[in-house]
Amino acid sequence: MSKTNLTRRGVLKTSAIAGAGLAVPTIFTASSASAFTNEPMGSTVTLGFNVPQSGPYADEGADELRAYELAVEHLNGGGDGGMMNTFSSKELQGNGILGKKVEYVTGDTQTKSDAARASAKSMIEKDGAIMITGGSSSGVAVAVQALCQEAGVIFMAGLTHSNDTTGKDRKANGFRHFFNSYMSGAALAPVLAAEYGTDRKAYHLTADYNWGYTTEEAVRASTEALGWETVNAVKTPLTATDFSAYITPVLQSGADTLVLNHYGGNMVNSLTNAVQFGLRDKQVNGKDFQIVVPLYSRLMARGAGANVKGIFGSTNWHWSLQDEGSKAFVKSFGEKYGFPPSQAAHTTYVQTLLYADAVQRAGSFAPCAVAEALEDYEFDGLGNGPTLYRADDHQCFKDVLVVKGKENPQSEFDLLEIVEVTPVEQVTYPPDHPQMGGADATLGTCNNGA
Amino acid sequence: MLGLNKKDLKLLLIVAVLAILAPFILNPFPEDSAMAQFNAGYPDLMQRFVIFGIFAIGFNILFGLTGYLSFGHAAFLGVGSYAAIWMMKLLTMNVIPAIMLSVLFAGLFSLIVGWISLRRSGIYFAILTLAFAQMSYSLAYSVLTPITGGETGLQPKVTDPRILDGTLPQGETARANIFGLEMNSSYDLIVGGWLFTFNVGYYIAAIAMLASFYVAIRIFRSPFGTMLRAVKSNQTRMYYTGLNAKPYTLAAFVISGMYAGLAGGLLVAMDTQAGAERMFWTASGEVVLMTILGGAGTLIGPVLGAGLIKYMENILSKINKDILHQWFAFLPDGLEDFIITIVYPFIGKGWHLTLGLIFMGVVIFLPGGLVEGGQRIARLFRGKKAKESDSDKSTQSTPAE
Amino acid sequence: MEAIILQILNGLDKGSAYALIALGLTLIFGTLGVVNFAHGALFMIGAFCAVTLSRILTASRTVIDETKTDFLGNPLKVDVPHVYDWFGEAAGATIIDWAVPLSILFAIPVMMLIGLIMERGLIKHFYSRPHADQILVTFGLAIVLQEIIKYFYGANPIPTPAPDAFRGSFDFGAALGFDPNVIIYPYWRLVYFAFAAVIIGAVFAFLQFTTFGMVVRAGMADRETVGLLGIDIDKRFTLMFGLAAAVAGLAGVMYAPINSPNYHMGMDFLVLSFVVVVVGGMGSLPGAVAAGFLLGILESFASMGAVLEVLPGINQIIIYLVAIIILLTRPRGLMGRKGVMEE
Repeated sequence: MSKTNLTRRGVLKTSAIAGAGLAVPTIFTASSASAFTNEPMGSTVTLGFNVPQSGPYADEGADELRAYELAVEHLNGGGDGGMMNTFSSKELQGNGILGKKVEYVTGDTQTKSDAARASAKSMIEKDGAIMITGGSSSGVAVAVQALCQEAGVIFMAGLTHSNDTTGKDRKANGFRHFFNSYMSGAALAPVLAAEYGTDRKAYHLTADYNWGYTTEEAVRASTEALGWETVNAVKTPLTATDFSAYITPVLQSGADTLVLNHYGGNMVNSLTNAVQFGLRDKQVNGKDFQIVVPLYSRLMARGAGANVKGIFGSTNWHWSLQDEGSKAFVKSFGEKYGFPPSQAAHTTYVQTLLYADAVQRAGSFAPCAVAEALEDYEFDGLGNGPTLYRADDHQCFKDVLVVKGKENPQSEFDLLEIVEVTPVEQVTYPPDHPQMGGADATLGTCNNGA
Repeated sequence: MLGLNKKDLKLLLIVAVLAILAPFILNPFPEDSAMAQFNAGYPDLMQRFVIFGIFAIGFNILFGLTGYLSFGHAAFLGVGSYAAIWMMKLLTMNVIPAIMLSVLFAGLFSLIVGWISLRRSGIYFAILTLAFAQMSYSLAYSVLTPITGGETGLQPKVTDPRILDGTLPQGETARANIFGLEMNSSYDLIVGGWLFTFNVGYYIAAIAMLASFYVAIRIFRSPFGTMLRAVKSNQTRMYYTGLNAKPYTLAAFVISGMYAGLAGGLLVAMDTQAGAERMFWTASGEVVLMTILGGAGTLIGPVLGAGLIKYMENILSKINKDILHQWFAFLPDGLEDFIITIVYPFIGKGWHLTLGLIFMGVVIFLPGGLVEGGQRIARLFRGKKAKESDSDKSTQSTPAE
Repeated sequence: MEAIILQILNGLDKGSAYALIALGLTLIFGTLGVVNFAHGALFMIGAFCAVTLSRILTASRTVIDETKTDFLGNPLKVDVPHVYDWFGEAAGATIIDWAVPLSILFAIPVMMLIGLIMERGLIKHFYSRPHADQILVTFGLAIVLQEIIKYFYGANPIPTPAPDAFRGSFDFGAALGFDPNVIIYPYWRLVYFAFAAVIIGAVFAFLQFTTFGMVVRAGMADRETVGLLGIDIDKRFTLMFGLAAAVAGLAGVMYAPINSPNYHMGMDFLVLSFVVVVVGGMGSLPGAVAAGFLLGILESFASMGAVLEVLPGINQIIIYLVAIIILLTRPRGLMGRKGVMEE
């Protein structure tokens, strides 16, 4: 077991040991001697992994944490190196970041923005974390991203799908690898049109909070552009557990497709309820009734059991991808933990690697230098094909997977099958797209703290 | 002095000294020792200690004195937060107007809620306050998104008007300050292996807490406080003597609502963010837990309870398996794994379990909360000699509950 | 018209879950005078009885299938449930399929036992303590129980389907002469409604027509006098706690196929069921049942698109709004007795 826990504060102590009783004025605990917040002075660097460990997304958070631990192991030269071997950039040597051994601290976001910020602040103030990453919801991502901007550290978002994270709430210190609502809509619509025809009548059930709104907007815009008609869109409370009252009016409305803009527990329950009501056995307007789930999470889909069979949705990544990067990641994750990684695990692993690589290329941990290295950076070999980290909004642009619930799963992990890999051109949008906050959205300027 | 008797003055002074020296007291372990994990003397947590202390002190004025159990106090904290953040967005990043407005708004909102809810008592009152708080939460999370920011909450933006501040220089972010002194600026004091952080925001919050504590003492010792205790012990008798209890309980309700608003405003001042989940019923439940855990009806209890819960939430939850392995690395492998298997469910992601167990333990064995625990230990130490003089002291300070 | 019929069905269905939980809650309050915040956790544990039994039934031995590979390219390990070995594949599959109804038999003794242990081990010591203390200790217990479940079963929902025979839905429209396909309702939800009706009827019959029930009712009305008559009322009340736990547990078992159980489902229902009990009137059994159905139906109507257009967000707050109005106009709830819990 490794036996050091030398944080920035520890280093601060050794460097100033001569002047016992010395008072150092700081802003946000960044010593005036250092050029930016939490500049690593010793032989180690500390990353902050802020994931939900309690609450409904705890299992997703646990999977993210596994991926982070794997990434740290690989960065420090342990294990089989995973995607470091397939990554197009060869800067990372397996000797930590810039020669400093990578250490980490963990915290519990509880999927609440308050708790997430408290936990991130403790990592920055107490443990001297130089970068914060993680999260499993957009509310938390936006809140922590704003905090990191203020504190002058880099935020590498985990699972967050709302347009706002890199749309109207984008920040210069924040970066997102995960895809977003707009991309889901743009990728799904053509597949749905090809599969179900262009004269469908859709009925939306939408979770009544920001992510739900952006997802509904995106899916409606893209499907209506292809000829679909939106019959009705009803908002459902986040705290709802039984969706029967929202599902029963669907058949009377004349709609022949139900779009469930729900995630997590909401998605599991609304999908289960919809299938219970036998919607999929019905015929409306001479067509088979269909259900669509814009954002799939395999981990959560397990909760819906057999109900996901044949249902279309989109996902950021899936372990059955056959490119070299995905195969390498699934292998090292699977051998360490005994089951395949989730998309949340994938995006967090990739974010950690991308951060480390950007520091290496920039030659500095300074947030502004790292941001510059990430901006408009093109890379490959991390599981989604050639990818661009766009400078305008710090969003990754890459292929999006359209998936469908598998009819004959071979194992409990084998729930989704990939229907189409939508090429990146089809999901790219201008940075001032109205769904992304329009022309008002601005990154601001990067903040080094100190 | 200050209109306090000797004993209360002593208590106030002790609390003041503790608050001033908190950066030392909470960081007892050298930075590079394994025990540094348990240090709590960093700005964010220190701020939370005193802010939630204020929240609990205020709650105790209602619950500890009148016995009315409100299950919706988090709503006032939330309203205070929203008022403060809007003040910062529209007017100025200076925290003084923000905090004043948050107290005012929370006071108004609690006046409305209190006026309606206090028509009933007992569990009916609890359910009424709960209903108001849950409605506030649900609406803030969804329909009121344009005002509250919904899921993502509100943060200051570069593009906000901030009429009094003028435009920011290029590249600057808006930071909460008090006449130019930023809330998050700190002084680090390095003594040998120790590091102590003195944070502006913490001391602002600590001053607010001391003021709140002082006001609470005055209320406890005033005729008004006596009247509130009378409400608790026998409301019917009060009616028979021609007194109407309602104005007194309503006043207590509004005061405790304003305390919650102050806490909400301070939360925003320290960390410029307001979100709806602050108003969820579990947040209301948390302040009940804090008060009971520390000792309802006592002066210092709620502050202790708030400290304990926030400590567990922020320190215990951060201990992961790797850290455990570091701690127990000196043991033989088999034993190390065995101990970690036993300890692990209770820390890190299992911190809720520990919270539940401690909480049950306190309610079962120490109905007077941590304060009663302290008294019992003190009695044990003082032994038989002081027994007689002690017995009337303890009746004096026995928690009202 | 169809929309209204449908929402009434929804309301009855939702209401039967509320009524079952509130019934147990108010039973405990009426007999023992204890406010049990752990009641939602008992509902949750009931649902996990169904999960546990289906796990037991699918307990398997592993066979390696060389013809297929798993995600790492190793030979696929296939699980063969032991029941297949004992009863043959077809019968074994049927047993597993019927796991949820079978869990009823499993859950009754388990839940009774948990209820008795809870009462004897913890609640008993809180009879003379203030209601606030009872709320707090049972709230602490609820946290502990759900964290234990989370430790063993994880945080994600676990699918627990109903038997195949109950898949699909019944077409009321066709039966009543409306257009087909308009008024459909899932069989399992109808089963749930019928099941709730039977349980509620059984509890009332038990209290009304048995000597045991008569004594319990007498004890609820005047505990001291019954005690003076030389009847050991405490023992009977303890059994009532076990009964209430079993009712909550059964509500949970049958609810498992409707929504996949997860560890915090109890907390989701807890606040609601308290509102139901208070609206019905603390300690009133018919009140709890009536309030359960009333709030279920109102909640369903508030979720209709037409209503939401006029009053956005009403579906989020309707229950609380109704609770506030009823408590202000009828201080003791719909059917509450005077002087209960008003001190």
